[in-house]
Amino acid sequence: MWDYSDKVKDHFFNPKNAGAVAGANAIGEVGSISCGDALRLTLKVNEDTEVIEEAGFQTFGCGSAIASSSVLTEIIKGMTLDDALKVSNQDIAQELDGLPPEKMHCSVMGREALQAAVANYRGEEWKDDHEEGALICKCFAIDAVMIEEMVWANKLRTVEDVTNFTKAGGGCAACHEDIENILERVLKERGESFNPDAAPIETPVIAEKKPLTNLQRIKKIEAVLDSLRPQLMADGGDVELVEVVENTAYVNMTGACNGCQMAAMTIAGIQQRLMEVLGEFIKVVPASQMPKLVTIQEASHA
Amino acid sequence: MPDIYLDNNATTKVDNAVVDVMIPYFTEQFGNPSSIHRFADGVARGIKHARSQVQQLIGAEHDSEIIFTSCGTESDSTAILSAIKAQPNKKEIITTMVEHPAILNLCEHLEKEGYTIHRLPVDKCGRLNLEAYKKLLSDQVAIVSVMWANNETGTIFPVVEMAEMANEAGVMFHTDAVQAVGKIPMMLQDTKIDMLSISGHKLHAPKGIGVLYLRRGTRYRPMLRGGHQERGRRAGTENSASIVGLGKACELAMEFMEYENIQVKAMRDRLEQGIVEQIPHCFITGDLDNRLPNTTDIAFEYIEGESILMLLNKAGIAASSGSACTSGSLEPSHVMRAMQIPYTAAHGTIRFSFSRYNTMSEVDEVLKVMPGIVATLRKLSPYWDGNGPVANPEQAFQPVYA
Repeated sequence: MWDYSDKVKDHFFNPKNAGAVAGANAIGEVGSISCGDALRLTLKVNEDTEVIEEAGFQTFGCGSAIASSSVLTEIIKGMTLDDALKVSNQDIAQELDGLPPEKMHCSVMGREALQAAVANYRGEEWKDDHEEGALICKCFAIDAVMIEEMVWANKLRTVEDVTNFTKAGGGCAACHEDIENILERVLKERGESFNPDAAPIETPVIAEKKPLTNLQRIKKIEAVLDSLRPQLMADGGDVELVEVVENTAYVNMTGACNGCQMAAMTIAGIQQRLMEVLGEFIKVVPASQMPKLVTIQEASHA
Repeated sequence: MPDIYLDNNATTKVDNAVVDVMIPYFTEQFGNPSSIHRFADGVARGIKHARSQVQQLIGAEHDSEIIFTSCGTESDSTAILSAIKAQPNKKEIITTMVEHPAILNLCEHLEKEGYTIHRLPVDKCGRLNLEAYKKLLSDQVAIVSVMWANNETGTIFPVVEMAEMANEAGVMFHTDAVQAVGKIPMMLQDTKIDMLSISGHKLHAPKGIGVLYLRRGTRYRPMLRGGHQERGRRAGTENSASIVGLGKACELAMEFMEYENIQVKAMRDRLEQGIVEQIPHCFITGDLDNRLPNTTDIAFEYIEGESILMLLNKAGIAASSGSACTSGSLEPSHVMRAMQIPYTAAHGTIRFSFSRYNTMSEVDEVLKVMPGIVATLRKLSPYWDGNGPVANPEQAFQPVYA
């Protein structure tokens, strides 16, 4: 069975705000096609302040769907609609101390129900903006639709390309056959054939040739981290450059990256990218492993 | 009350008597049965004895028709791959829509390699249409593979009759009988079944041991080549302890065949009748008149299976579900889809599968907690309103699907 956190179990066995809110003026009804779960969220919104005064859920779904619904109602009660809309599915999952990768869509369903309810209150029509496919990469929770879109958009050709662009396949590697199947299908539609030994597609970045000064190096590292930041933030995490000593960059992984079991993978990915852009060997090390800093005075007495 | 195990179609407890006969094969009788010295003698004899115990249970004509493998899946793969290797000109395979993934996923893979796969549909009770089957049989078909009994609903398929039909058309016939062996009597020597798969852990033997029955004279190509074990038909040093254990388990299954079909069936019947009487809006799936004696699969409408299992688990009861969320793949049960069980019921199917270790008092315990569990979850369901489903559930709740 799934490895659910105690919080998930608690919200499942003792759900909060179960049932429909009487006199609700915002109703969102959504479902997830990938597992057949469905959720109705009913809210009572104060018409003057737009504060959510009451929230209730009715869910047809598994343990984590019920727990996600329950925790969502707890999070948004007392929020204004605008603040509630900022609640991401990562927030929902985080509040539950995490969900198994296969079950992340349960938290997505919660966020969508909220968007649908707000749209309903404002007299708008809510449309789902993302399609969800079969889960391919369990290490990074990447589904088939996402991979296929990236293969189309970036003309990817190999599993390595897919890993570089989506992270899918960058963990345990068990999904490489499935990724190859997607590549085979898309490449065929594109009129090409899949060749596992094809060279990785060229990245637009050209490596620097001249040796770098430390200041140039730091600036370049910052630029690379900035370019990777949106991807990390999409997963609820972030990275901060702490210090650069010769060819070692010390970084802090923050947010969801902090303590994430894949943090080491992410660091390896950042290191790879830095070496490609800087054209020199760079070691990326968590700041926690940095030797103790010394002040200039201390150093001069040493 | 100790925990109640009603998931015997998933796996079974190894019988204590089976463990007892196995132990010496880890310690004193550790020799390689292929060796000449006396460390090997007893092992070779133990395996020979086990082979005849398996032969007895399935009514095979010769003990050399029993090939020990590592599991049911290996037996299934060996059978199908052997048939297509031995008959390279035949490019079609007939199977059903409700097979175990061990067959379905292999067939899907072969489809990519150019094979035509005919998947026989089932009706709402899970039954096959033999007329449609007959029309598909031709000299293009390499093998027919149809399970003896379905793992989810327990529905029994007419494999003996289907094997006759295949034989008349000159087509090989394999059956995945992992759920049927030990629960229903069989006499393979009186049938036209060419190959049959057994899995040890479904009948109180350990995991990691299986059998492929291969009728003498059936054209065969091994999947594992190497040493001369199993007369060269399945190379690899014998899993001697598990083979001996499986032999004992087969002997016990033979002894308990009547008990399985009378007492175990009575527990199953009482459970499903009790549930259907006490709980509104639920129904039993599959072919009610033609099922394994130990299996019942009940669809609870408007609620979802994993939620039911979690509450059952909390009450100390183990069962399983055809719901999407309980499978690692998140695919809803292909068996329920094939039977066209409505979506709001298919997700709430719970399978209770018994063994000879269960008792009537366990049945009573399940009957005590089940109504409360269903009521609790229905209270949360958008399809439910107070004491019954909302009027026109499909219209009253129409979520936007992502």
